Amino acid sequence: MGKKMQISLTVNGEVHYILAEPRELLIHTLRERLGLTGPHIGCETSHCGACTVDMNGRSVKACTVFVAQADGAEITTIEGLGSPDGLHVLQRTFREHHGLQCGYCTPGMITRAHRLLIENPNPTEEEVRFGMAGNLCRCTGYQNIVKAILAAASEMNAKEAAE
Amino acid sequence: MNDLTPSREERIANLKGLGSSRKRVEDVRFTQGKGNYVDDIKMAGMLFGDFVRSPYAHARVVSINADAARALPGVVAVLTAADLAPLNLHWMPTLAGDKQMVLADGKVLFQGQEVAFVVATDRYIAADAIELVEVEYEELPVVVDPFAALAPDAPVLREDLNGILSGAHGPRRHHNHIFLWETGDKAATEEALGAAEVVAEEVVYYHRTHPCPLETCGCVASMDKVNGKLTVWGTFQAPHVVRTVASLLSGIEEHNIRVVSPDIGGGFGNKVGVYPGYVCAIVASIVTGKPVKWVEDRMDNLMATAFARDYWMKGRISATKEGRITALHCHVTADHGAFDACADPTKFPAGFFHICTGSYDIPVAYVGVDGVYTNKAPGGVAYRCSFRVTEAAYFIERMIEVLAIELGMDAAELRRINFIRKDQFPYQSALGWEYDSGDYHTAWDKALAAVDYKGLRAEQAQRLAEFRAGRTRKLLGIGLTHFTEIVGAGPVKNCDILGMGMFDSCEIRIHPTGSAIARLGTISQGQGHATTFAQIIASEIGLSADSITVEEGDTDTAPYGLGTYGSRSTPVAGAATALCGRKIRAKAQMIAAWLLEVHEGDLEWDVDRFQVKGAPERFKTMKDIAYAAYNQAIPGIEPGLEAVSYYDPPNMTYPFGAYIAVMEIDVDTGEHAVRQFYALDDCGTRINPMVIEGQVHGGATEGYAIAMGQEIAYDEIGNVKTGTLMDFFLPTAWETPHYTTDHTETPSPHHPIGAKGVGESPNVGSVPAFSNAVHDAFRPFGLRQSHMPHDHWRIWKIARDLGLHG
Repeated sequence: MGKKMQISLTVNGEVHYILAEPRELLIHTLRERLGLTGPHIGCETSHCGACTVDMNGRSVKACTVFVAQADGAEITTIEGLGSPDGLHVLQRTFREHHGLQCGYCTPGMITRAHRLLIENPNPTEEEVRFGMAGNLCRCTGYQNIVKAILAAASEMNAKEAAE
Repeated sequence: MNDLTPSREERIANLKGLGSSRKRVEDVRFTQGKGNYVDDIKMAGMLFGDFVRSPYAHARVVSINADAARALPGVVAVLTAADLAPLNLHWMPTLAGDKQMVLADGKVLFQGQEVAFVVATDRYIAADAIELVEVEYEELPVVVDPFAALAPDAPVLREDLNGILSGAHGPRRHHNHIFLWETGDKAATEEALGAAEVVAEEVVYYHRTHPCPLETCGCVASMDKVNGKLTVWGTFQAPHVVRTVASLLSGIEEHNIRVVSPDIGGGFGNKVGVYPGYVCAIVASIVTGKPVKWVEDRMDNLMATAFARDYWMKGRISATKEGRITALHCHVTADHGAFDACADPTKFPAGFFHICTGSYDIPVAYVGVDGVYTNKAPGGVAYRCSFRVTEAAYFIERMIEVLAIELGMDAAELRRINFIRKDQFPYQSALGWEYDSGDYHTAWDKALAAVDYKGLRAEQAQRLAEFRAGRTRKLLGIGLTHFTEIVGAGPVKNCDILGMGMFDSCEIRIHPTGSAIARLGTISQGQGHATTFAQIIASEIGLSADSITVEEGDTDTAPYGLGTYGSRSTPVAGAATALCGRKIRAKAQMIAAWLLEVHEGDLEWDVDRFQVKGAPERFKTMKDIAYAAYNQAIPGIEPGLEAVSYYDPPNMTYPFGAYIAVMEIDVDTGEHAVRQFYALDDCGTRINPMVIEGQVHGGATEGYAIAMGQEIAYDEIGNVKTGTLMDFFLPTAWETPHYTTDHTETPSPHHPIGAKGVGESPNVGSVPAFSNAVHDAFRPFGLRQSHMPHDHWRIWKIARDLGLHG
């Protein structure tokens, strides 16, 4: 066991101070200390993206980020994207277009899609497929995920145009 | 009647019953990160278990020293076989009538095998402690090739079976032999092959792969020593069977065990078996009196739990010169790994492989399957397939292509002239199945027309001419498949798992205000049961699917059932659900008769109500009736409105489909691009078209992975070469093809609502479609058979070996 570090991080707008070994993985901090079990663990090697969260404005795979690297970071998880009373557009379009089945990849998938649409608010199908390639799904074959993301993009753009 | 009275059509639409693309109720939780998967479970004082695993594929365990591990602060226990032996839990029975080591007992037989179980207060300490357990091994010769395993001087793998000449499935003819399973008429098949005008012969290998759901396997076991009750939450596709097995193994009475499958992050067959991790977590909880969690990591998952396939299929198929098939002979060498832990109904050690006559009217056939031990992980699960149906479909669809080459015929036409005709159903196959229904010609013609098959062949010929003229380096392949599945295991008379008949169940309870809860013996792993089973009930009893909660997976509350795998939920539990709804309706009819003061026979059912025949304005809706069931004293009728049904299916169901893949292949790089994928499925009555389409997309993507790159590969000393997602191919959104789905609808004649099951069809059908496309591209250059997976390297080698690299 290594020496513990004091770490502060802001998750979904709330500041947390924790004492942790620097080797602790961010995904375990989120899931086990903070009770945010939306992000999942699928591979521990950065391939599957089930653990995707937003850190300082970028998509990261929380299974391969040490909590020490997240000191001072702003983090958003699926729990911070929407609420039961105010779902994020992507949370609605994923359901509307049957973009999920077992649900295990979904939190990471939506969190990544959220960042993708900030990076590129008007993507083509090809850009969505490329931009989502870090997130694996074993159930859907992606076709409806892509549809859901494109639908969310056009809905968000239409809303912006109206405003 | 006034304008506010809904029309009959509106009443039907309001039910969201059969045929409705109802949005899924599960998604509300999942999209908000509020699923509840096993690793999300957190209990006070919970401990974490993890395995010391063998680095060797075959070795004697000389000694295990866990002193340093035990001394590490936070380590609570280290269990070895010696600790489990007094409880007789160091070995456990497998689903296939064999036994398997829970922890290494004297030797290890595959890389990744469980050697010791470390229990600690957190997962980091458990991981540290694993490194501190010193195991001394003495390496033994390794056998990874099932043919070499049967050599007379091959090393003895299973010393525990020394001198035991008969296994669960008959005689063993060699120390590494498990069984020979045979069916069909061998002599008549040989005779027909001998007399045939044309015979095609080929060895078709369906390589070893893995279901690899995104969530690995795991459990939390909690022994409450105060009330003597054991609760196990886990990734179980068959929770009730797990409870029974846990009771038989532990001696704890079954009523004192509660098994719960929470949300499951994909199963695909991986979560049918019973694994050492479950046993060790339960034992550790009993020993420590604390909840113990065990969750595999991805390497554990790929190395140790539940491989699929690994079938070497040697086939001979004969035909007349005109292409009429006269006989089929198949011998399989099945690599089962170190323990025979295949997940099949007990009496079928090769599953339903003998559906391998496929969609064709073949007069005589024979199948023999030899099961063999090797130094590989145990498993042999049905990876999105109904017990070796995928292997069978791949085999026959490759043999048809090879026969087409032998005959110089178009493979689409060869299929067409050999299809079982619509008027032949119910059809008795040469290998003993009774196909319930089908209309293959209609499906085939629709598929060929949809892709403009003639146009594709013309384009392909044009491309070939350009290739030969040096104007392109890309070939075009057209991959055809017409598959027939056999799903919905199964009739209790011949289908059981560990002695438990493969029926399934549903219980429906109507609440006074006209909503309901239904509980089933199955368990969804993403299939959307909470959505679709409510639709079946809605159509049967006339309450909206939105007013029906569906619960599964808790053995304390759900009726006993055999679980979800082999596309059995809709054929078996779906039938139980419909019949249970009909029981409710029968009682509701008696109540309605009393309320309307008429004879029961004077009532007729209409969508959501009983109405008086000839006077439809006199009616009672199911909602009215439900209320009356709880607040009226009706002479001769018990209060309440609920029912339970257990359904023993009279036969399997036989979904089928026509899949066509069109692929561009670069002969210089071995790269491919799927230009088109058309999938026509006939799964009988369609409950939720949206869910069906989703199943087809997902299953076809799994099939794409298997055909084009996914494998569990070993080197010659038994090292797993594909132990992470770096090497084990799971396609991303980038390489996954676009799918076009289509359907015909041939209801099952024996299923109460005519449904057949669809979850596995796309995996069964797409693998041969993709593989046939690769083969078809190279057919003009003489390619007959090249084994999957068709990754870039292997396709490049095909081109090189055919002399296409100049």
